[in-house]
Amino acid sequence: MAAIYSLFIINKSGGLIFYKDYGSSGRMDTNDSLRLASLWHSMHAISQQLSPTVGCNGIELLQADSFDLHCFQSLTGTKFFVVCEPGTQHMEPLLKIIYELYTDYVLKNPFYEMEMPIRCELFDLNLSQAILKDRVSLLGR
Amino acid sequence: MAPPAPRSGDAVFANVERVNAELFTLTYGAIVRQLLTDLEEVGEVNKQLDQMGYNIGIRLIDEFLAKSNVSRCVDFKDTADVIAKVGFKMFLGVTATVSNWDAEGSSCSIILEDNPLVDFVELPDTCQGLYYCNILSGVVRGALEMVSMKTEVSWVRDMLHGDDAYELRVKLLKQVPEEYPYKDDE
Repeated sequence: MAAIYSLFIINKSGGLIFYKDYGSSGRMDTNDSLRLASLWHSMHAISQQLSPTVGCNGIELLQADSFDLHCFQSLTGTKFFVVCEPGTQHMEPLLKIIYELYTDYVLKNPFYEMEMPIRCELFDLNLSQAILKDRVSLLGR
Repeated sequence: MAPPAPRSGDAVFANVERVNAELFTLTYGAIVRQLLTDLEEVGEVNKQLDQMGYNIGIRLIDEFLAKSNVSRCVDFKDTADVIAKVGFKMFLGVTATVSNWDAEGSSCSIILEDNPLVDFVELPDTCQGLYYCNILSGVVRGALEMVSMKTEVSWVRDMLHGDDAYELRVKLLKQVPEEYPYKDDE
């Protein structure tokens, strides 16, 4: 059972800088993941414009029959989103944790170049731990 | 609704990892000293420190936002307050005050009474033009740029030059709109 299908991070201009899938469902190839990332970036921007609410910050949750998509955008414009099983709880705190991991293990890596694809082992490691912990707590419930 | 932004960095400061202040101060001193040796000119060192600060600032802002739980600032006044009360506390362990607003509310002074960077520093006669803490102005400029505020940051008062406090003048030049479409030709 995989509660989380995949995780995406897109930079402020809509480029995919990180993609990881968990489990077999919803797996996609590189082209598809890039396409989805830029599509989401645009949809997010359009939603901000179309929203009747003043000061709307874009779509936070997209619910479909076969998946939920939770999105978190930092004030600097980087977007983090997870695709997960419908009805999966506690994705917002998880996205916040991932944002913190990103600031610690990606941005503080002196050899990481801003806005470029993330290739940081420490980030991968800590990320899988965070996701695993999340999964264990889900199973426990 | 987002919870109201905390107006004190004490809680965040207690939760982030810290290093020995002396190690930090001495490391910074070593960097400045090395820059003086490498670049030879004080003006160049000022510029380099500012650039280093900028590079730090553009990355540091995300950590600040991720860990401080502040919400979006309503105006520049709010921003200056958050920098002084939460930002400086979180990363330097000291609190600054904001004052000397101009009439338009677009420039202000951030005043530091206490500055851990200079604990052991005395400027020699040969370095009188050096803004020893110029890295801080770069950090503030870089961080604000990432949240769409173009600013100009400079030192007005410097205790190493005999003033009674550190005064950082922050001037808001332009607020880049966050909404699409971005004006590409600007």
